[in-house]
Amino acid sequence: MLRALALALVLGMALLAQMSGEARAVQPDEVLDDPALEERARDISSGLRCLVCRNESIDDSNAELARDLRLLVRERLVAGDSDEEVVEFVVDRYGEYVLLQPRATGSNLVLWLAGPIMLLLGGAIGWSYMRRRGRASETPAQALSEAEAERLREIMKE
Amino acid sequence: MITELGHFALVLAFLVACVQAVVPLVGAHRRWPGWMAFAEPAANMQFLLTALSFAALTYAFVTSDFSLRLVVLNSHSAKPLLYKITGVWGNHEGSMLLWVLIVTLFGAFAAWFGGNLPPTLKARVLAVQGMVGAAFFAFILFTSNPFLRMAVPPFDGQDLNPLLQDPGLAFHPPFLYLGYVGLSMTFSFAVAALIEGRIDAAWGRWVRPYTLAAWIFLTIGIGLGSWWAYYELGWGGFWFWDPVENASFMPWLIAAALLHSAIVVEKRESLKSWTVLLAIIAFGFSMIGAFITRSGVITSVHAFASDPERGMFLLLILAVFMLGALTLFAARANAMQAKGVFSLVSRESALVVNNLLLGVAAFVVFVGTIWPLVSEMFFDRKLSVGAPFFNMAFTPFMVVLGLLLPLGAMLPWKRGNIARVATSLRYAFVLALAIGALAWAMQSGRSALGPVGLFLGAWLVSGAAVDLWSRTGRSGNRLARLGRLPRADWGKAVAHAGLGVTMAGVAGLMAWETEDIRVLQVGESLELSGYELTLMDVQRIDGPNYDATQGIVKLAQDGREIATLYPEKRFYPVAKMPTTEAAIDIGFWRDVYVVVGDPQDNGGWAVRTYYKPLANWIWGGAILMALGGALSLSDRRYRVAAGAKKTRPVEGVPAE
Repeated sequence: MLRALALALVLGMALLAQMSGEARAVQPDEVLDDPALEERARDISSGLRCLVCRNESIDDSNAELARDLRLLVRERLVAGDSDEEVVEFVVDRYGEYVLLQPRATGSNLVLWLAGPIMLLLGGAIGWSYMRRRGRASETPAQALSEAEAERLREIMKE
Repeated sequence: MITELGHFALVLAFLVACVQAVVPLVGAHRRWPGWMAFAEPAANMQFLLTALSFAALTYAFVTSDFSLRLVVLNSHSAKPLLYKITGVWGNHEGSMLLWVLIVTLFGAFAAWFGGNLPPTLKARVLAVQGMVGAAFFAFILFTSNPFLRMAVPPFDGQDLNPLLQDPGLAFHPPFLYLGYVGLSMTFSFAVAALIEGRIDAAWGRWVRPYTLAAWIFLTIGIGLGSWWAYYELGWGGFWFWDPVENASFMPWLIAAALLHSAIVVEKRESLKSWTVLLAIIAFGFSMIGAFITRSGVITSVHAFASDPERGMFLLLILAVFMLGALTLFAARANAMQAKGVFSLVSRESALVVNNLLLGVAAFVVFVGTIWPLVSEMFFDRKLSVGAPFFNMAFTPFMVVLGLLLPLGAMLPWKRGNIARVATSLRYAFVLALAIGALAWAMQSGRSALGPVGLFLGAWLVSGAAVDLWSRTGRSGNRLARLGRLPRADWGKAVAHAGLGVTMAGVAGLMAWETEDIRVLQVGESLELSGYELTLMDVQRIDGPNYDATQGIVKLAQDGREIATLYPEKRFYPVAKMPTTEAAIDIGFWRDVYVVVGDPQDNGGWAVRTYYKPLANWIWGGAILMALGGALSLSDRRYRVAAGAKKTRPVEGVPAE
């Protein structure tokens, strides 16, 4: 949604031709006759990045290169490759940059584990905080301080 | 002449902001009433000057003054008037001017309606707001001046990007900025309170309307942008997990967390330091958003003409404000002792869990957004993080949030009984489960996404209804009491139900969408999910500043004609850009979405049709969320707080 806005904000107009609003993406002549195979092709291509576009998958992109890649994916599928083999084939040629879902290996583990670790960490802090507030609730309540009493009167007036 | 006045007003506003950033602060420190009182007229002056400057730029756009560089680059004399006006913020410089206009508007707002604030706090809030303003004025004047002239003015402009010539997108940036910048107000309140060294329930009450307003505006802004992407980009996507989208989504998540934790501060005087920290982080994410959209560092090396100078300047602003505020926080955090006590099962605990889930979800989005940059810089691995990652890493948090929400929302403050809450929600749960199971049975061999989404949606909506109903007491005329409930109660229920509706919409659309891509000859039909679409004709039409090829498509179901759709393919000659105008038959349960493509060699046309179930629920839910926020914002205790001196007849209000 914001991509076009951002483009207008930051891009020179000359570059705009690259991402036009024209929906071309998958063309009728690309579609495979076998619906099961075509669905696999769509699945695979929605996970592959169009290399010359901003953050777009080849499934959504209008670029010429994206079309070539879509055809390549279909070619490999028709030749009998499994989904993994097709992806491997593309990654071998273009590098892991084409994968929209980065592999959970090496340094990427940081990316994949960031959420769960943060959840555990935050959960532990939150838990201990709630426990502390809970224990505090068992100690007898203190009398209102002067400021609190003042505030209470204010609230009651409202 | 008017342009020069606008430029001059902008410079003056910058100077006023600088003075406003210092004088009231000194005044508050020394307890000098005169110096503190300076803040109010300064905030008004700043707003007036910026408004003047903005008006001057708008005037230049409306009159197509092609001696201004910005107008040449982003306008055209043949453009419709609406888009001449919205073109003012359809570019970097103009949108920054809109940004500071809103900064000063919020400052002025605090000056107008801050009558019940303690004078020192008010002076400090406005001083911090002045600092924010000054930083962005400097950014505009030194790196992105909208008032630069052309040495040789051309005869006509280069037109606005046609994709932006659309009502949905025209009003998307102002709402988004109102949201981003609204968070500057909570930031100012947080920093002012840290300087003051005092945070109490009253602070929570003052800060909450601003958070709520910012969150409402962000909701509307994001919703508009997503809706625009749906009908304009031509294949009906509504969310792409693009860094620029994430830039608006992170502040939304944090603002949602903040407005919940501020409730705890207001009602129970707990979670104080956490709330202050969230307020600081929320504005930090707003500024990161500005940095991401305007520096081009993170997005992609291919398409962005990044401007290092602007990027560095924004990074500097971000660093100064965040480091300053966080240092202050570290120094003062221990001054904010929690007062309220609560047991492990209580509304307070539920809201802690809410904050945990929203906070971690925002963190996941943040890490995913910056990871390509980090990975390339530190690990020399060039990679992409796209929609598949976010769908997998982000969705679980939302599922858990949706599961727990109705339970948490009904827990009482201080000490609750989970069994009692579960009992009152049992019918809602059974209903939701039945709906989910029905969806599961009706679909065959597909993922669990759709049924789970519908279950969560039904659970949230019915949970909200039960929550509302439970507030009407045990006996008597409960229906009448329902109408008299405080608006905050209604707001809460409506917003939570809205979240459910959006969740159901997203899941339904993603799980059950069908599409058809083929070549149709004029007169041919195709079938799609029980609908018959016939390409009746294709004709050429002329628009004000474009030419178009228009398809005429008849939509029928069971042999009965439902609608005639007119998808267009436009070409804007000045910008040399084609756009697609999808034709959509909008319905409650589904959209039928038709796009006409290129003519084929054999005389046919490429036609793409989509059946999109529950599509409108996504935005319907967003509207409900915004409406819920607005209801809550209009609750009588804020209005009473705003005019505390006036006595009003007190109506009976159920105790909370």
